[in-house]
Amino acid sequence: MDAELKELYQQVILDHNKNPRNFKKIENANHFAEGYNPLCGDRLNIYVELEGGRIKDISFQGSGCAISKASASLMSSIVKGLPVEEAERLFEKFQAVITGKITDEENIEELGKLAVFAGVKEFPSRVKCASLAWHTMIAAFKQEEKSVSTE
Amino acid sequence: MATEIINNNKRKSTGFDVNKIRADFPILKEIIHGKPLCYLDNAATTQKPQAVIDTIVKYYTSQNANIHRGVHYLSELATKEFEDARTKVKDFINASSEKEIIFTRGTTESINLVANVFNKAILKDGDEIIISAMEHHSNIVPWQLIQDQKKIKLRIIPIDDNGEIIFDEFIKLINEKTKLISIVYVSNSLGTINPVERIIEEAHRHNIPVLLDAAQAIQHIKIDVQILDCDFLAFSGHKIYGPTGIGVLYGKEKLLESLPPFLGGGDMISKVTFEKTTYNELPYKFEAGTSNIADTIGLGTAIDYVSQIGLEQISVHENEILDYATESLLQIPELKIIGQAKHKSSVISFIFDNIHPHDAGTFLDFEGIAIRTGHHCTQPVMDRFNIPATSRASFAMYNTKEEVDVLVKGIKKLIEVFN
Ligand SMILES: Cc1ncc(COP(=O)(O)O)c(C=O)c1O
Repeated sequence: MDAELKELYQQVILDHNKNPRNFKKIENANHFAEGYNPLCGDRLNIYVELEGGRIKDISFQGSGCAISKASASLMSSIVKGLPVEEAERLFEKFQAVITGKITDEENIEELGKLAVFAGVKEFPSRVKCASLAWHTMIAAFKQEEKSVSTE
Repeated sequence: MATEIINNNKRKSTGFDVNKIRADFPILKEIIHGKPLCYLDNAATTQKPQAVIDTIVKYYTSQNANIHRGVHYLSELATKEFEDARTKVKDFINASSEKEIIFTRGTTESINLVANVFNKAILKDGDEIIISAMEHHSNIVPWQLIQDQKKIKLRIIPIDDNGEIIFDEFIKLINEKTKLISIVYVSNSLGTINPVERIIEEAHRHNIPVLLDAAQAIQHIKIDVQILDCDFLAFSGHKIYGPTGIGVLYGKEKLLESLPPFLGGGDMISKVTFEKTTYNELPYKFEAGTSNIADTIGLGTAIDYVSQIGLEQISVHENEILDYATESLLQIPELKIIGQAKHKSSVISFIFDNIHPHDAGTFLDFEGIAIRTGHHCTQPVMDRFNIPATSRASFAMYNTKEEVDVLVKGIKKLIEVFN
């Protein structure tokens, strides 16, 4: 593979695409949002169980490209257990990295595993794929469970 | 399919030289991500031959002036070039008069024009328009915009699993409230060639006019509007090797005469006072404002170019590529072709079990291969097949079997990495 392409499709991303983590609907979810990317028709449902301002559990379902699926998978494994504010801060940093606003190694490293998405910045049309899960999660924080039960 | 290929080869004796044609298209020499460009996104837009590029450069270099009404040399020259292009379009589709050729920005504007003037002059609450389930958004949304003002019903001809319209269902949709049948000639996402002759015949038995969206037909199929007997025909210059920003609406003279103008402004009038304005004659009645002169003349050159090679020869070559590509892609077990109509144009939509079209598109781009991924502005088609998107390879006269091989090789590599 071409080097730039390899940066985009890192092994971690390919793995998460093939075997996504938390790819299910959690029964105890009290927050829910549906994400939609009209550009590619991708749909993503995010289920969150919040307890005392913390993400007790989180999962997702839907169809999407490798980038969006891996992003949802990695995001769900990383934010599980975090306070909501911390997840929101993480998203801001993530967004800055994938849009190329933060490029210094040190800052990127702070993202931990999420740093594998840094290659996305070279592919402007794919930024939305990487951020769909995050946007949807943030929306879910604000949306009470009634959407879930209408599912 | 195999016998068809043999037949094609037999007919192909009159010296269609794909390498000679390729040499006319400078962009085909581009290197993309270190690989030779393999341009298979022709349904989105075709590349331009040098002759078209030269025409536009020449126009701005030595002919530019506003047309009509000018008395100076350049204005007369530009007017002549512009009107010559209209004659070329007229001859190309065998319209009976230049009055029937209206220049627009493209297929989209052509359909919007018809929708607008039909809304003004013909449509009433309760009327119905028939379209099909495989329309491009540009033949859906203009009708929906009317629905904001009037109670117009859109009736949709359903399609089957192969991507063909169900003709019997179409017949059932026709009734005394039907005011227009507006249908795509060739589907841009499925490749289906619709039985437009039969549709028009059926419609005319009920005195219903028919608009054909020929955006994907004009560059592949010889169209004679008098034989077809369609009432309107819309197409875009950029899909037939011409510039963007220029398109055509053909309409039968009598019908156009009976319809009110679309936009108001200069050029479309014959006399203006503050009390009353009389409209110009056809086709100018429908061409308000300064036209896209350079690109119109460029379209004329594109039509000359296509005519020189001959649409018949072009379609023989393209069908050969289509058959070869279809056979090659069917060899890949992980791949499924969406749209298996009996009569197809050179468009192949495909999906994979486990690979999303966007990943395919990005991956193949790095092999120098340009394909399109997404819903192709036909979301109802995606819904019909229960898929979010497809990958689409579409072929033009300059594509080769070698390029199909490059695509197949790229896809095999893709499957290796993603599966
Ligand atoms: C079948 C069909 N109809 C209409 C259009 C719209 O053409 P344009 O965008 O040039 O107006 C297209 C182009 O994508 C098409 O493929």
